[in-house]
Amino acid sequence: MSVGEWEALINVVLLGLLLVVTFGIIRLRNLFGVVMLAGIYSLLMAMVFTLLDAVDVAFTEAAVGAGVSTILSLGTLALIDSRREKIPFRFQFTPMLVALVTGAVLLWGMQDMPDVGAAGTPTQVHVAPYYIERTPVEIDVPNIVTAVLASYRGFDTLGEVTVIFTAGIGVMMLLSSMPVIGARRRRRRNGDDQGNDT
Amino acid sequence: MIEHLVPRILAKLLIPFILLFGLYVQFHGDFGPGGGFQAGVIFAAGIILYALIYGLDRARRVVTPGLVSFLVAFGLLIYAGVGVATLLLGAEFLNYSALDSHDPVHGQHLGILIIEFGVGVTVAAVMITIFYQFAGRLQVTRELESDEADDEDEEEMTGSPQ
Amino acid sequence: MMEWLGQFNYYVFAILMTAGVYIAMSRGNLVKKVVGLNIFQASVFLLYISSGKIWGGTAPILGDGLTQPISNPLPHVLILTAIVVGIATTSIGLALIVRIKEAYGTVEEDEIAEAEALYEEELMRAEEA
Repeated sequence: MSVGEWEALINVVLLGLLLVVTFGIIRLRNLFGVVMLAGIYSLLMAMVFTLLDAVDVAFTEAAVGAGVSTILSLGTLALIDSRREKIPFRFQFTPMLVALVTGAVLLWGMQDMPDVGAAGTPTQVHVAPYYIERTPVEIDVPNIVTAVLASYRGFDTLGEVTVIFTAGIGVMMLLSSMPVIGARRRRRRNGDDQGNDT
Repeated sequence: MIEHLVPRILAKLLIPFILLFGLYVQFHGDFGPGGGFQAGVIFAAGIILYALIYGLDRARRVVTPGLVSFLVAFGLLIYAGVGVATLLLGAEFLNYSALDSHDPVHGQHLGILIIEFGVGVTVAAVMITIFYQFAGRLQVTRELESDEADDEDEEEMTGSPQ
Repeated sequence: MMEWLGQFNYYVFAILMTAGVYIAMSRGNLVKKVVGLNIFQASVFLLYISSGKIWGGTAPILGDGLTQPISNPLPHVLILTAIVVGIATTSIGLALIVRIKEAYGTVEEDEIAEAEALYEEELMRAEEA
């Protein structure tokens, strides 16, 4: 078997594992387990990305998705102090319908896509060769992803960093004030008390 | 703070290497996989590990919240500052070739290095800030709840049953 | 073997996206909703990265004596930044969940709606009084 065929085989195995983990996330009600499975999902995704030659993306997904995201989710679980999801009292018909229609439309749209991993597809022949040929001449850094990210699309990345900055400010604004535990809950209880008095 | 010996010792051993690896990813991003985004997250992960093992208060003494919130803005400022510098040097916004008047390719190298540093600083600072906010919230909420529980206990003790 | 695998990545993308939409819509628990959104998001990453791959190709890092084709670096750049924006939105979402829990005492959607209805009712009663 050639290298490409081996890659395709490992790809199928990893994606199969990804599907199993996703099914587990749907079924599981224990929130701690759900968060852990989400971390595993990210790690598997990072492995798929490595296989698909996106080493920078895999690096980021492993650090962000499996690392920081899991820590923040666990922190949230500790703060909201709820271990299990409530069991829904009836079968959810509408979400299932919407999801299935979405999936069907996507699968229908996929018919026209070229095979994964084929050379000479429209994705490969338009913009990519420009970056691959010009990077050694104009930027002269070996990592083309860094060259495109930082230089060709530097303005884009500036916006991206601004989004991160804004998220930091947003979380600060949401969580740095003194917590008022049960503002609405407390009022509800008081209201009931008053109702009893009159 | 975790009292167990093994995580404490292991964290002490690992944290310098995590931070060093963060710096490697930051400044080696032009040559191999890596760059500001990844390095920032790895660097923040080192600090977060310290906070998890040795407690939030000690982490806050090492990396003060004031410093972190300064760095959040500082990284973005470095990035935008490079853009303004290239404007002043007579080129387009973020056209790094203008940074070196003799060799445009060298200017590109310099520009990428500086803006990646800015990205790394902002990402690391934002991740640490978010973690501090969540962890700090947990601390404050626990204190409030224990106070409340104390109050209720007192009420039960003093209040006359009807 | 390659033939029947042709579009496998795209099928997995469709299934993952369907699963993500289903979790985000059907579950009342806000934490699980956020996890569902993350699955949805990661499925899009998979679509982009898959479209850039060439079997037998190599990562877009230049070196001496490179003979293999190079996979398309452009999707990598787009998704790299999308992942970091993803953690930013996730953290804001989780922070909002924390505040909702503090205000309502629950993170289940129907219980929040219940508490809100009671609150509204009470306001009406207060206005009448």
